[in-house]
Amino acid sequence: MNASLSGLAAQFTELALAVLLAPLLTGWVNQCRAWLQNKSGPGLLQPYRLLGKLFQKEIVLATNASPLFRAAPYLIFGCLALAAAIVPTLGTDLPLNAAADAIALVGLLALARLFISLAGMDVGTAFGTLGARREMLVGFLAEPALLMVLFTASLISQSTSLATIVETLAHRDFVIYPSLAFAGVAFTMVSLAENARIPVDNPATHLELTMIHEAMILEYSGRHLAMVEWAASLKLFVYSCMGLALFFPWGVAGGGDWLGIVLALPALLAKLAVGGAALALIEIVSAKMRIFRAPEFLGTAFLLAVLALLVHVLLEG
Amino acid sequence: MRMPAPLDAALLLAGGWLALGLGAMASPRSIALARALFPAGALVGLALAAVGLAGLFDAPAVRLLPLGLPELPFHARLDCLSAFFLVLLGSVSAAVSVFARGYLRDDPGSHPPGLQALCYHVFLASMALVLLADDAYFFMVAWESMALSSFFLVITDHRHAEIRRAGYLYLLIAHLGAISILLCFGALQGGSGDYTFDTMREIHQPAAWASVAFLLALAGFGAKAGLLPLHVWLPEAHPAAPSPVSALLSAVMLKTAVYGMLRVTLDLIGFSLWWWGVVALAVGLASALFGIVFAAVQSDMKRLLAYSSIENVGLIVAGFGLALVFHGFGMARLAALALTATLYHCLNHAFFKGLLFLATGSVLHATSERSLGRLGGLIHRMPWVAWCALVGTIAIAGLPPLNGFASEWLLLQAFLFTPGLPQAYLNMLVPLAAAAVALTAALSGYVMVKFYGVVFLGQAREAKLAQAHDADLWQRAGLAWLAAGCVALGLAPTIVIGLVDPIARMLVASGMDTGSGSWLFVAPIDPARASYSPVIFLLGVAALVAIAWGSVRFFYHGRMRRAAAWDCGFPFIGPRMQDSAEGFGQPVKVVFRPMFRIRGEAPAPLDTRPRYHESADDRLWGWLYVPVARAVDRATGLVTVLQRGRISVYLLYSFATLLLLLLIVR
Repeated sequence: MNASLSGLAAQFTELALAVLLAPLLTGWVNQCRAWLQNKSGPGLLQPYRLLGKLFQKEIVLATNASPLFRAAPYLIFGCLALAAAIVPTLGTDLPLNAAADAIALVGLLALARLFISLAGMDVGTAFGTLGARREMLVGFLAEPALLMVLFTASLISQSTSLATIVETLAHRDFVIYPSLAFAGVAFTMVSLAENARIPVDNPATHLELTMIHEAMILEYSGRHLAMVEWAASLKLFVYSCMGLALFFPWGVAGGGDWLGIVLALPALLAKLAVGGAALALIEIVSAKMRIFRAPEFLGTAFLLAVLALLVHVLLEG
Repeated sequence: MRMPAPLDAALLLAGGWLALGLGAMASPRSIALARALFPAGALVGLALAAVGLAGLFDAPAVRLLPLGLPELPFHARLDCLSAFFLVLLGSVSAAVSVFARGYLRDDPGSHPPGLQALCYHVFLASMALVLLADDAYFFMVAWESMALSSFFLVITDHRHAEIRRAGYLYLLIAHLGAISILLCFGALQGGSGDYTFDTMREIHQPAAWASVAFLLALAGFGAKAGLLPLHVWLPEAHPAAPSPVSALLSAVMLKTAVYGMLRVTLDLIGFSLWWWGVVALAVGLASALFGIVFAAVQSDMKRLLAYSSIENVGLIVAGFGLALVFHGFGMARLAALALTATLYHCLNHAFFKGLLFLATGSVLHATSERSLGRLGGLIHRMPWVAWCALVGTIAIAGLPPLNGFASEWLLLQAFLFTPGLPQAYLNMLVPLAAAAVALTAALSGYVMVKFYGVVFLGQAREAKLAQAHDADLWQRAGLAWLAAGCVALGLAPTIVIGLVDPIARMLVASGMDTGSGSWLFVAPIDPARASYSPVIFLLGVAALVAIAWGSVRFFYHGRMRRAAAWDCGFPFIGPRMQDSAEGFGQPVKVVFRPMFRIRGEAPAPLDTRPRYHESADDRLWGWLYVPVARAVDRATGLVTVLQRGRISVYLLYSFATLLLLLLIVR
């Protein structure tokens, strides 16, 4: 009973930490990008100020919006918050891991995507449907690639439970798995696309020819927009932590080890800081692609991920 | 001898459906009579589902029927495999019948209502008898009456030429399949001349004959299930039929084909070779990918769902193939896992596809439009249908916590266990198969966003949609029953796995342990490897959504005002500026371009009367069907040489044939 209590406590700590820290990560990436572009930048706390402002504002709702449009921001937020709770960030003793494994995590992200795409189509504007279509285009190529990356890790650790995967990968001897190298490249490409980053999408644009994510959420305002923005930050946080958990799992505490969890926090922050800076760097050095180059980009990611799985079966099996 | 009660009850209920159908002929033109019969049929369906549940856990029961030819009586048998499919048939058809009560119209130019009720109930009864048959003769009679009654249902609106064409194509391929099944039974009886299934079980086939029988069964039942390359009837016949019939065809009839495959392969042949599984896996995955890619480019909502049925049947057959691979290598528990995923997906597909076809029926009635390009915004006019369809959409897209995800999760778990196979080449191919399943699942999300978004969300694309009315009470009841089924099947996977367990034990001699011992968690093989709990999952999402909503309301405010849509400040927003169905499908058309045969014309920039037209067709028509049709034409041309139109010549032919035969036989 004690163990499960401490598990629950770790679970809630992790969830709260993810929800509260997610905007900070977004702020950090934006700040790094500004620095790399030789700008002074808005400061690390800008996303919090933005959320605060949006929560205060009144909602202007399109006349044609249905209840689905109003429910979607909360549903997306709920899905991504649960996703953040499943991915081990500090410790691996997470009770929710028995309820949802890596495949369910992919399902959860897909569920959030379904809701936001449907919400984009709900008002019936040209941009909304355009954004929904492009988001689903990115989704149907990125989702199987992500699943293949997770499968590779699952085959190495003989389990689809994320906690077990992290434990296996963190406590192995220092061996370089060739399959994980392929999977890592594929995962990076998928994360760029899924988080609406350059080269697939540009988070800072409202130019109609290029936008994907922003096009879907054009009609949102006030607290709805705040929830959507917060959920987008959470998504970036979830993907970053998933990448860290799969490819740099060191520092994550084992079951019930409170000292380990306390030590894991600075490790996590350091890893996220480096990861965020790397993301900003990738964005700075690459150019936005035309939308129909995106399938090639994601197709490459998918093939690399399948290759990772094959390499594992052939060389490491 | 103990009374085999569930078997008798099932036979009586099938007879009850027949009686209801014949009752409708008392007054074929009376719509009141036909309407009264459908709810009664629904009750029979519910009773049949209950009987099936009872039969799942009973020992197999057999019975000789006082029907059939002299010396060739009908044998009936109820074992857990039949019982499982009876549950599926009963529970889904109950909802469809209730819906059909509200759907039935007396439309001049289509079959009279009494005839529709007759065909409908004969169709249901013959599906039940297919499941209960225990000899090849009875099976084929039931199978043919199923094909014929459904043919007449498909051509209900027979005044349209394209519907008659669809019906013809359906009948043709149904019979190609039937011939193949007949030959399969011929191979199975092994020279004994006895066509009861019991004899077939007894005979131990040599591997070559067993392989012939397997391939014939795959082709024959595959034609009924809509597997590549015999799928062409499906996207024609499903949209042509009235919606409740489309629902039955897709939800239940395709499953009788799956039943046939399972019965012949794992029960009658009794063993399997691993390469059979590879064949089934390849055909299934090809069909799945083909179906979902074509679904993405459809602009008719029922055709879209029909192509999605090809996809789902493909996944089911792929799961069956995987079970065969494991079974062929003697890995019983993994075979049980794959088989469980297959049967689970059969049940799931029956519920969500039935639900979505019924929803298109309601939309069709309310708007008389089937083309996605003329719908839109129906969530405001038909909220009941729209919310039920949303459940179906999430379920069919394979998203947690609904039922589509549960079976896909089990299937992917089965794939993840394959690296233990003793064949090195297979170990390499299986990751590719898992990738194909993942791609198919992701694409089905794309297709369903298109379906739901274009039909129910956005602005109405036609002015007349403002008059659309929500479904009536009967239709709502049917929709709600299936939607509730999708939720329940998604939330209680352990219960479904428990129901499938006796079948796995009978067919592959092992069950799939749910591992954790708790009804909350599914854990195939070993809880340390993987576990999933949809109830906790749902509670987690619901709690987080509630906390988010509640705290936003608590800390901030609820102010809101309605205004015109912003759309980046563009002043004119018309319904024509939304994506059309073609527009939404365009990325898929570009990405998978080699799969389509694209023809069309695009206007030049200065055309005064611009015309735009594009169609993306199935390449298999040109590659397979047209050459075969031409060859048949040519062959018949040669045979007409024999036809002189004079009876004396024909008698001469008969005489010569007789002589020849006597020479050979004696």
